[in-house]
Amino acid sequence: MSRAIQRRLLGTALAVVALVTLAPLLWMLSISLMPAGDANVFPPRLWPRQVTLQHYVELFARLDVARYALNSAALSVSVTIISVFINGMAGYAFAKFRFAGRDSLYRTLLGALVVPAQVAMLPLFLLMKALGFVNSYVGVMIPGMASIFGIFLVRQYALSVPDDLLDAARMDGASEFRIFRSVVLPVIAPILITLGVFTFMGTWNDFMWPLIVLSQEEKYTLPVALATLSLEHVQDTELMMAGAVLTILPVLIVFIALQRFYLEGITAGSVKG
Amino acid sequence: MVRPRSSRWAPWVFLAPALVLIGVFFLLPVTAAFLLSVTDFDLYALADRSVVRFVGLGNYSNLLSNPDFVRALRNTFYFVMVGGPLSIVASLGAALLVSAKLAPYKSFFRTVYFAPVVTTLVAVAVVWRYMLNTRYGLLNYALGGLGIAPVDWLGDPAWAMPAIIIMAVWKNFGYNMVIFVAGLQNIPADLYEAAELDGAKAWHRFRHVTLPMLRPTLLFVSVITLIGYFQLFAEPYVMTQGGPSKSTQSIVLLMYEEGFRWWRMGNAAAIAFVLFAIMLVGTALQLLLRRGEE
Repeated sequence: MSRAIQRRLLGTALAVVALVTLAPLLWMLSISLMPAGDANVFPPRLWPRQVTLQHYVELFARLDVARYALNSAALSVSVTIISVFINGMAGYAFAKFRFAGRDSLYRTLLGALVVPAQVAMLPLFLLMKALGFVNSYVGVMIPGMASIFGIFLVRQYALSVPDDLLDAARMDGASEFRIFRSVVLPVIAPILITLGVFTFMGTWNDFMWPLIVLSQEEKYTLPVALATLSLEHVQDTELMMAGAVLTILPVLIVFIALQRFYLEGITAGSVKG
Repeated sequence: MVRPRSSRWAPWVFLAPALVLIGVFFLLPVTAAFLLSVTDFDLYALADRSVVRFVGLGNYSNLLSNPDFVRALRNTFYFVMVGGPLSIVASLGAALLVSAKLAPYKSFFRTVYFAPVVTTLVAVAVVWRYMLNTRYGLLNYALGGLGIAPVDWLGDPAWAMPAIIIMAVWKNFGYNMVIFVAGLQNIPADLYEAAELDGAKAWHRFRHVTLPMLRPTLLFVSVITLIGYFQLFAEPYVMTQGGPSKSTQSIVLLMYEEGFRWWRMGNAAAIAFVLFAIMLVGTALQLLLRRGEE
């Protein structure tokens, strides 16, 4: 087989897989722009006969989607900032400070990675209830603020920060926080962005924990609201597709803008993990 | 030169927020979960703690005779054992495609294949509920083009789990693909050149160079896939609510319903621990199996 033919075959195979991969997402977008009822026909319509934004208008005007989107955005941004800060400091400490018990503590934390989050959820809910955090944003945020995986990610990266750099700053009399801020942060910034992207997407997409903690509808995140709406509006396909578009779009944009950092995070986690 | 030392308390100040959060809101609840699982904690206990009684391993032994639990266990194993390998094969196939030397627009296709991974599970579950619609769905329409009669994907107990598996493979294959691509890049090119000089055909190169060299990657991928797939929850929650006739009820969905709908928290904690134990055994088995092969 000549190289030209091989290249053509490969290109075709890649394109077919891409089409199958994108089909559900493109169809979602297409249906969300159809007039009500237009999706329930046979054979299925691939493109809207007539483009309408009525479902997006209805989502915002009648179903209060702006509030859910705002909830999701505020929660995801806050958790991301807090988690980057907390895990960044802890990862750096494990990488660059020498102190008694460091290695065994780190090993214990990594060992705890095998425990699935669901095991903690029932008592965590009771704890949140006792603390008065049920049906509050704090309750949703707390489990995401510190993550063992995040600490691991930062530590692996921070190992490469040269000790001489830190010692020089200490000789100059800089405080540890100052060193962290002005010497360490610039060096480990790439991995912090990776961690930030991971945390943002994870929090935005999270479903089970917000579903458990939040009981009042006006506090719902987008995924929880969408799941609830979709069980009530089973027949309103076009409307639900518009809701799905609004839920997916922000994470898709963040991913496309920052995919380099995201993909590096996955391989960093797998090679060393 | 004397190295200036950081003060003794500095590391603990840096670690404190993370350690306190992880300790109080993860390790403590995990320990408490075990205690919860040996009690009859229920709706009444939520209001008045004094009614909680110690029941030993009663919750665990009740699970074994609970048909809902046995069914959820079977459903989850079905999902893990069929969906897991399918999704790994799809990932490896996609990785080989986007890594092929002659492939055009590699990074574009890699991004496209990865897109489903970052999408919100709840949202794509809503989309797939419609993709799988018996009359109007795209999947049955495409199958119809091949002369296959419409399948009642989400309404037929025999097809609901396969439908969820199809969706899960679509959603997840990009993740493992990225890991496989990294693994493929680590295979030295001269191994392939040597094989080619020996006249090895593409399939033989794959079988005798690629696969053996990918073994560590494969092990890692199968462990994380197993762990992830055992936690099946949002797909059945949104697409089928565990039905039809409980054919897609998963362990985590059952735990959620026991714990947070019926508030039988002692029972739900026991379910969570059984899931944990199964995942541990599954991971250990894989590690042992691979070690045995070497």
